[in-house]
Amino acid sequence: MTEEPKSSLPPPAPAPPKPAAPAKPAGPVPVPWTSALAEKYQARHGSSLEALTYLGQNYFVVDRSLIPGMLQLLRDEDQFDYCVDITAVHYPKREKQFDVLWVLYSFVRNERIRVKTQIADGESLPSVVRIWPTANWLEREVYDMFGIKFDGHPDLKRILLPDGWKGHPLRKDYSILQQDQEWVQINLGIESGQ
Amino acid sequence: MNAQADPENALTNLDLETSERPHLDSNELIINMGPQHPATHGVLRVILRLDGEKVLGTECVIGYLHRGVEKIGENRTYTMFNPYVDRMDYVAAVSNGLGYCQTVEKLLNVEAPPRANYVRVILTELNRIASHQLWLGTHALDIGAMTPLFYTFRDREEILKIFEKYCGARLTTHAFRIGGCQYETYRGFEKEVKNYLQYLAPHIDEYEELLTTNRIWLERTKKVGVISAADAIALGVTGPVLRASGVKWDIRKAQPYANYSAFDFDIPTGENGDTYDRYLVRMAEMRQSLRIIEQAVNGIPEGPIMAKVPKVIKPPVGEVYHSIEAPKGELGYFIVSDGSTQPYRVRVRPPSFVNLQALDIMVRGLLVADVVAVIGTLDIVLGEVDR
Amino acid sequence: MLDLLRSYLGSTLTPGQANNQLWALIYVLIIFAGVSVAVMTMNWVERKALAHFQVRLGPMRVGPHGLLQPIADAIKLLIKEDIIPSEADKFVFWIAPLIGLLASFTVYTVVPFGPSQAVSDMNIGILFMLGVSSLAVLGVVMAGWASNSHYPLIGALRSSAQMVSYEVAMGLAVVSAILMTSLHGLGLYGVSKFGDGTGTLSMIGIVQAQQEQHVWFLFKFFPLGFMAFGIFAIAMIAETNRAPFDLPEAESELTAGYHTEYSGLRWSLFMLAEYAAMIAVSSIAVTLWLGGWMRPFPNWLSGSAWDLVFSLFAGLTFVALAVIAFVGVVRMPRHSYFRVQTIGLAGFGLLLALIGILLLGIVIGAKVSHHDILNRTTEGMTNVYWFLFKVAVFMYLYIWYRATWPRYRFDQLMRVGWKVMLPVSLGVLIVTAIVGVILG
Repeated sequence: MTEEPKSSLPPPAPAPPKPAAPAKPAGPVPVPWTSALAEKYQARHGSSLEALTYLGQNYFVVDRSLIPGMLQLLRDEDQFDYCVDITAVHYPKREKQFDVLWVLYSFVRNERIRVKTQIADGESLPSVVRIWPTANWLEREVYDMFGIKFDGHPDLKRILLPDGWKGHPLRKDYSILQQDQEWVQINLGIESGQ
Repeated sequence: MNAQADPENALTNLDLETSERPHLDSNELIINMGPQHPATHGVLRVILRLDGEKVLGTECVIGYLHRGVEKIGENRTYTMFNPYVDRMDYVAAVSNGLGYCQTVEKLLNVEAPPRANYVRVILTELNRIASHQLWLGTHALDIGAMTPLFYTFRDREEILKIFEKYCGARLTTHAFRIGGCQYETYRGFEKEVKNYLQYLAPHIDEYEELLTTNRIWLERTKKVGVISAADAIALGVTGPVLRASGVKWDIRKAQPYANYSAFDFDIPTGENGDTYDRYLVRMAEMRQSLRIIEQAVNGIPEGPIMAKVPKVIKPPVGEVYHSIEAPKGELGYFIVSDGSTQPYRVRVRPPSFVNLQALDIMVRGLLVADVVAVIGTLDIVLGEVDR
Repeated sequence: MLDLLRSYLGSTLTPGQANNQLWALIYVLIIFAGVSVAVMTMNWVERKALAHFQVRLGPMRVGPHGLLQPIADAIKLLIKEDIIPSEADKFVFWIAPLIGLLASFTVYTVVPFGPSQAVSDMNIGILFMLGVSSLAVLGVVMAGWASNSHYPLIGALRSSAQMVSYEVAMGLAVVSAILMTSLHGLGLYGVSKFGDGTGTLSMIGIVQAQQEQHVWFLFKFFPLGFMAFGIFAIAMIAETNRAPFDLPEAESELTAGYHTEYSGLRWSLFMLAEYAAMIAVSSIAVTLWLGGWMRPFPNWLSGSAWDLVFSLFAGLTFVALAVIAFVGVVRMPRHSYFRVQTIGLAGFGLLLALIGILLLGIVIGAKVSHHDILNRTTEGMTNVYWFLFKVAVFMYLYIWYRATWPRYRFDQLMRVGWKVMLPVSLGVLIVTAIVGVILG
C-alpha cells in the first residue's frame, strides 16, 4: 500500500446548510370523467361504478357484479366493438388483490376507454368471449400469468407457459428468478433449474 | 363465417380426443407443423386437423419464445427496460421503442420536442418499410417465388445501414429515449435518407412487377385466407390485415401521436380481405411511408432533441395505456406506476398475438398449402406473440 | 483404325440401322458420359444463374467461380451414410431410383444429334420416347411406397398424379407435330409444296421432314405449331417436377416429396434422373419443333458462305467461353489465397480455348482442303453443336422459370393440366388436321 500523499491545503470549512428543497407540485390525480357516456352508466349503476379520467384517459372502475352486463351494453349500445386488451395487475397488499381491466375502443366514436374491476384472490370472472371473440387468447394469458379463472371460457388453459407448469409468474409473490423446478427437471432434464 | 353470430362454433378448439391417432384410411388426419418449420417464421406450432387435404380446424401452440418480458419490466427501471422492448418484435424494433417511450412520456406528462418527433417519425417509417420488405421476401418465398426475398433484403440493407449509422445497431436499435432521442442525427442523415427515397421507389415497382400481375401469384393469393371486416373487428385484428378487409383505420390518423397529424398520407385499404389484398395494402403502405419520410426529412425543425426529463425517472402514481401503429398492427403499452423508479406493471398488447388468433378462422376450408400462405400473410413475429 | 473412322464418318445410317454393335456401344457410352457431364454442368449453371437472378454470386470458393462445386457435391454424396428406413421394403427401395434412371436414360437411344448420329433410328422413335419416359412415374411411386412413411407416400402419389396428367397433354402436342410431318402446306406464308407428304414417327425422320418442308414446325401453320410447342414446353416442366410445378418437392410444404428417405448416392441418382429427364424432354422438344440439328435460317441464309459462318459457331462458342474465363482471371483478386484459383481458372480457360481452336481448325481446314473426312467431321460437329445449343437454351429457360415464378398449389396444377392443357392441345390437333387437309 502506498502512502497517501498528505494534502497541503487546510481542511475545508463545513458546508453551509442547503436551503430546503421547494415543495414538489402535486402530481396529476384521477379526476371525475364527465361525458354523456359516463353519465349514462353512472345513472344506471350509481354507486357500483366510478367514472374517472387520468391524464386524459377515461376509465370506469366498476364492481365485479357489473361484469359482463356492462361490457355487453358497451358493445351493443355504445359501439365499443373492438376489445383492445384484457389484462390484470396484482396488488398483494390489498384485500381485493387483482385489478382486471378491459381496454375497449369504438371505431365509430374514435374513443378508447378502460373498464376496471377489482377481485379477490381465488375469485373468478365471467368470460367475455361471447361478446368479443378476441378475448379467447387474451383471457387465457391472464389466466396463465395470474391464475384468474374466467367462467364460460371455451378452452381455459395455459397459453404461453407449458401445460403442466405450476405457478402464475406475473403475481408479485412469484420471484423473477423462480421457475417450476419440477417441470424443468422432468421435461428438460436440467437438475439445477438455473 | 360470421364469428359474431356464432362465436362458440367459430372459435372452439379442436376436439382432439376423438381423433388422436392419424391413419391414412380414416377421413380425418392430424398433422403437426412443428415448432421447427421453414414456413412458420419462428417457433410456432400449428396442429392441423385435416379432411384429406382440406383444413377443418387449427390449434396454435405458442410460448416457445416466451421470455417473461412483462415480468422483467417490473424489475428494471424505466430507462433500463427500454432495450428490452426492441427484442419483442425484433423485425420492427424502432416501433416498439417508440411505443414504450411515448407511454412513459405520457405517464411523466412530458412531450418530446418537435425535432425529436420528426426524427422519430423518419426512423419509424423507415422501420415500417424494412418490416414490410422482410414480410414480402419471406411470404413470397413460402409461396414459391424465391427471388423477391433477395431483392427485398438487398434494399433493406440500406435502411439497416442508416440505423447503424444513427444508433449503432441494425436490428435491435434502442433508438429512442424517454423524452426524445439520445443521439443527434449524424452528419449526412438527411441526404442519405433522401437518397434512399430515390433508390427505393423504382425497387418497389420491381417487386410489384414480379408479383402483382403474375398469374400464379394471383391464383395462390386471391380468395385465400379471407376474413370479413366484422370478423376482423370481433377478433381484434389490427394493422394491414384489418385494412385489407375494408376498415379504413390507422392509429396514425385516428389518434395521432408523434406529430403524425402534420404529415399528409393516405391509408390504403382493400376490399376482399384475402391474401392478395393484404399484399397490395402492404405494398401501398410502403409507398405511403416513403411519402411521409419525404415530408419529414424536408422539414426537420431545429431545436433540442431531448426534452427535460429528470435523470431518474419516477412517474407519479397512475396508469396509462398508449398505442401506436406498428407495422404489424396496434401495439399498445399499459404501464402502471407506483411512484418508484421501476414500473409496477408493464403490459404489452402485441398485435401479432391477437392477429394469430384469427388464423383458425382464416384457414377453415383451405388446403394445407394455403396454411403456409396465410401464416405468412398475417405477418407475425414470434418474439412479439410470446414476449 | 482410320478405315474404321472413315467408314463411320461415311455412313448415312445410325449404328442401329447399320447393325453395328461396336459403334452402338460406343455411342451409348458417349451418351452416358455426356449426359452425366451435362448434368453436372447443369447443376453448376443452375446454382450460378439462380444466384445471379437473386442478386448474389452463388458458389465461388470450391473452384474458381465454383466450377468444382458439382464435383465436391458428388463426392460428398458418395461418401454419405446410406440410410435405409428399418421398415422399408428393401428391394423396392433399392430399385426405385434405378427405374427412374432407366426411364430417363433410355430415351437417349432415339434422340438424334445429327442425321446419322443417334444410337438407333427406330421407325417408332417418338412412340418409344413417350412410352419409356412414362416409366419414370413407376420409379416415383416405388420410391414413395418403399419409404414406408406417409409423407413421402403422399408426395409420391402427388408427383405421379401430376406427371400422368401432363403426359396426356404432352402426347397430344406430340401428335400434332407428327401430323405436321405429313402435311406439306406452309401456314401463313401461303401454300408451297415441299416434301412428299409421308408422315413418320422416327425422330430423324421428323427433323428431315422439317428440313424438306423448309420450315421448323414451330412456325408451321402459325400459330398452331407454336401453340403445340407451348403446350409441350409447359407440360414438360410439369413432367419433370420443376418450378412452377414443384409442389411435391418443395421444402416449405408439409409433404416433403418422394425422395425424403433417400440419402447420399441414392438421392443423387434421383437428382441425376431428374436432370437427365429434363435434358431428354428438351431434346424431344427441340427435335419436334425447333428443327433438331438444323442450323438457324437454313433457307433464308442459305449457301456455302453462310454454312461456313454457322459452322464456325461451335468453335467460336468455346473461344468465347475461354475469353470469359480469361476475363475472370484478370479480375481475380491479387492475393496469395487466390493463386490456386487463378491458375485453375486460367488453365480451364486455356482448355476451352484449345477445344475452340481445334474445332475452328477443323472447320477452316475442311473449307480449305476439301478433305472428305474433315468435311464430314465439320458437318457432324455443326449438327451436334446446334442441337446442343437449342437444348441449352431450354435448360436456361428451366432455371429462369424457377427463379421467377411462385409455385402452383396442387389442385391448381391439376386443374391447369386437365382443364386447360388437355382441351387446348386437343383443339390444336384438330385444327392442325383441318388446316392441313384444306391447304393440302
